[in-house]
Amino acid sequence: MIARWLHPGAWWLWSLSLAAAASQTTNPLLLALLIGSAVIVVASRKPQAPWGKSFNFFLFLGAMIITIRVLFQFIFGAGMGTTILIELPGISLPDWMNGLRVGGSVTLEALLGAFYDGLRIATIAIVIGAANSLASPTRLLKAIPTAFYELGVSIVVALTFIPQLTADAGRIREMRRLRGKNTKGVRGFASLGLPVLAGALDRSIVLAESMDSRGYGRHRKESAVGHRISIGLVLTSLSLAIIGIYALLTASLSAMVAFIILGTGVLLGGVTLWRAGLTRVRTVYRPDTWALPESLVSAAGVTVLAIFLIAHSQVNQALVLTPELNTWPALPIWGLIAFTVASTPALSSPRPPDLNSSADATLKVEVRT
Amino acid sequence: MIRFDNVTFRYSDEAEPVLRNVNQEIPAGELALLLGATGSGKTTFLRAINGLVPHFTGGHLAGVVSVNGRSTQEHQPRELADLVGFVPQDPVSGFVTDLVEDELAYSMECLGVTPSVMRRRVEEILDLLGLTQLRTRPLHTLSGGQQQRVAIGSVLTAQPLVLVLDEPTSALDPGAAEEVLASLHRLVHDLGITVILAEHRLERVMQYCDSILLLEGGEISSGSPSELMQTSPIAPPVIHLGRLAGWDPLPISIRDARRAAPPLRALLADHSPAVHAVPTQAPRIATLRKLHFAYGNQSVLRGVDLDLDAGEITALMGRNGAGKSTLLRVLVGLKEPLKGSVRINGVDPRAVPTSDLLRHVGFVPQQPHDLFEALSVGAECKASDTDAKCAPGTTRALLALMAPEVADNTHPRDLSEGQQMLLALCLIVAAKPPLLLLDEPTRGLDYPTKKKLGEVLVGLAQSGHSILLATHDVELVAELATRVVIMGDGEIVANGPTPAVITDSPMFAPQVSKILAPERWITVEQIAHALEQELA
Repeated sequence: MIARWLHPGAWWLWSLSLAAAASQTTNPLLLALLIGSAVIVVASRKPQAPWGKSFNFFLFLGAMIITIRVLFQFIFGAGMGTTILIELPGISLPDWMNGLRVGGSVTLEALLGAFYDGLRIATIAIVIGAANSLASPTRLLKAIPTAFYELGVSIVVALTFIPQLTADAGRIREMRRLRGKNTKGVRGFASLGLPVLAGALDRSIVLAESMDSRGYGRHRKESAVGHRISIGLVLTSLSLAIIGIYALLTASLSAMVAFIILGTGVLLGGVTLWRAGLTRVRTVYRPDTWALPESLVSAAGVTVLAIFLIAHSQVNQALVLTPELNTWPALPIWGLIAFTVASTPALSSPRPPDLNSSADATLKVEVRT
Repeated sequence: MIRFDNVTFRYSDEAEPVLRNVNQEIPAGELALLLGATGSGKTTFLRAINGLVPHFTGGHLAGVVSVNGRSTQEHQPRELADLVGFVPQDPVSGFVTDLVEDELAYSMECLGVTPSVMRRRVEEILDLLGLTQLRTRPLHTLSGGQQQRVAIGSVLTAQPLVLVLDEPTSALDPGAAEEVLASLHRLVHDLGITVILAEHRLERVMQYCDSILLLEGGEISSGSPSELMQTSPIAPPVIHLGRLAGWDPLPISIRDARRAAPPLRALLADHSPAVHAVPTQAPRIATLRKLHFAYGNQSVLRGVDLDLDAGEITALMGRNGAGKSTLLRVLVGLKEPLKGSVRINGVDPRAVPTSDLLRHVGFVPQQPHDLFEALSVGAECKASDTDAKCAPGTTRALLALMAPEVADNTHPRDLSEGQQMLLALCLIVAAKPPLLLLDEPTRGLDYPTKKKLGEVLVGLAQSGHSILLATHDVELVAELATRVVIMGDGEIVANGPTPAVITDSPMFAPQVSKILAPERWITVEQIAHALEQELA
């Protein structure tokens, strides 16, 4: 297969499907398999570009999520289960804080439950991180409908700031060392906050200026009548949606009528967005194409999600998806199949272009630190 | 093309206006150079052209700025995007996309240019700026000069009538700067674009410009280069030399100066240039032996041998990416060498505990504000006294000596670039490290600030510090350095006394030496000294 960029939409579809699958289970073995397939795919298809380096950050984030979740359980845990590991001195809280506990007996079951739960959130973070490092977030923007473009830009800018922030923090830590400061420990880490934030703020202002001076956010002038129509549409669609939801929740109207009101509201909302898109002047340079590999990668993700959803609907699989805390979780055969399918993009997708060996071998690549 | 009609601008938190009753017209097809000291309002002037001032900065603007008849009063910067291409000082933070080709297309996408036209224009700009080989590369893997050319290309694709550049060459090595300026020159000649640029390194740009705008105290005076340079306080060495030798008309380019030079050559024939006294038998401060370093599988330093003595100012030169910054980082112990040894007064900097590091080696980074941590200059100095384990008040006293105008309660990030550099230098020098390293210390500094920094560095060298500075600034090197080390591709390609090394190299030769080659004159000061002797 010729090296090329896969359509970012395919990567995101694959990754979001995996994330949705992960949300269906707390079985640590199934979750570990999902993380495993994300790692395999990233390892074989990660580009040597700045965004490719962000996967480690998401692995770290996953570890943090699990640690914090278990730590909270340890301190504030409600004492379910019987296997007491350690007895912490309990603090009795006033009555109005009913339901919250500090200290007391810490049970194996409670900690294990917290670990399973943390692992699920961590898995979701990691598979999303996989898409983030496989596909450049800015390329995804090209595929976003014009009406959502502004929203998309803010999300993408926020996403691209994560690797930059880590780079900044690293650099400023080095600089601290130059001044003879100890950068280890919590205090050293906390002292990085202000300069890193100041740097990020400076950079975002420069970026905003640069985007504005290059024409970002230009739109055609809407006629006065058109503008009134737009405002009317927004208000009507929102009111209808609110009335519809209210009617549905309170059952004050028949469900049929409520659905029709809500549906009209949503439809009008769509029209509003479509009209908003019309005033934009954006065009797209060399849009990414969707070919067989794109379909294969997305199909892999959707298949995995389907397997998990089918398992979820089967009563006899309930204990597999949410295992008891006092027994070893089961690993069903369909879990292994899902793992294999989820990992196929490692083979079915094209390699990303090799960025470091450019056509002119004489040009030195400056290595940024 | 660009009109300023009675423009006065004041930032909202300041009492004094930055621009005062500016009336200026820049005709179409001209390459105009904007001059002024640091903080004189150059950036404000440039940003007023496309409306970033005041739409983005706030503040009060009276009068009218208009480009091709479109006024910034009624138009936001985005509505001027098809008329004015604005290239900010740091192109990297202004990049919106990841890849060269996408970045070139971004402006056109925003303007709604049809896809087929976009394809064609991107190809044209790739050719025009010599970026064809780089089209698929991520922007962050490019060298500084390449990034600057992409930034210029990315605004050119919108086919603007005006190009505004804020210090386009300040971060570049002489070769890359030449490339960028040659591209600009070509744009003005072939496409008839109006270019206005601000630049501190006049020696690089003076010869290319048609007119000069001099910004002083918020007011603008303009004229042709030879006219304005008669009296301008800010001038490159070729002008100073011309004034000293009494050449008329005043030559602006090296070529003109060389043609006017024969009488001066004859006058100087019996003199030899005074050189910096190089200390003999000075104690050795640092030794590097067979140093290798690599990022991943990419070799950056290959077998570097270097000795640094007390009292020396050594300049480390070479193109962007030659390994200069890496060498400094290895010397200060931030990076671990792959092979080879680093010894500073016999000690390996990586073996020194962090709190003692400053007693061995100090490093002033390219962005001095990375070093700052406190919210005021006073607090910064106090923190430095503790870090450096010196008597309270030491750092503050040093700063008072170097930059007396800096007040205690100012926020370090609000200082001018020159003041930030001096403050960072104080923070490091307070602990009296025998070896002092500086990375690009004169980036963005005007001539007076550079002179001041030079004096400070010479003073430090005389008091026994060994100074190693990585720099692209050939004029600074000619004035300060006792020794020059040139790096290429991770190896040292030249190492010797300043005059010998830089007069040999076409790339790193200062203006004076280009004019008077093959004689080894490198600074105007040397010539002034010789002429005084001649008269006496």
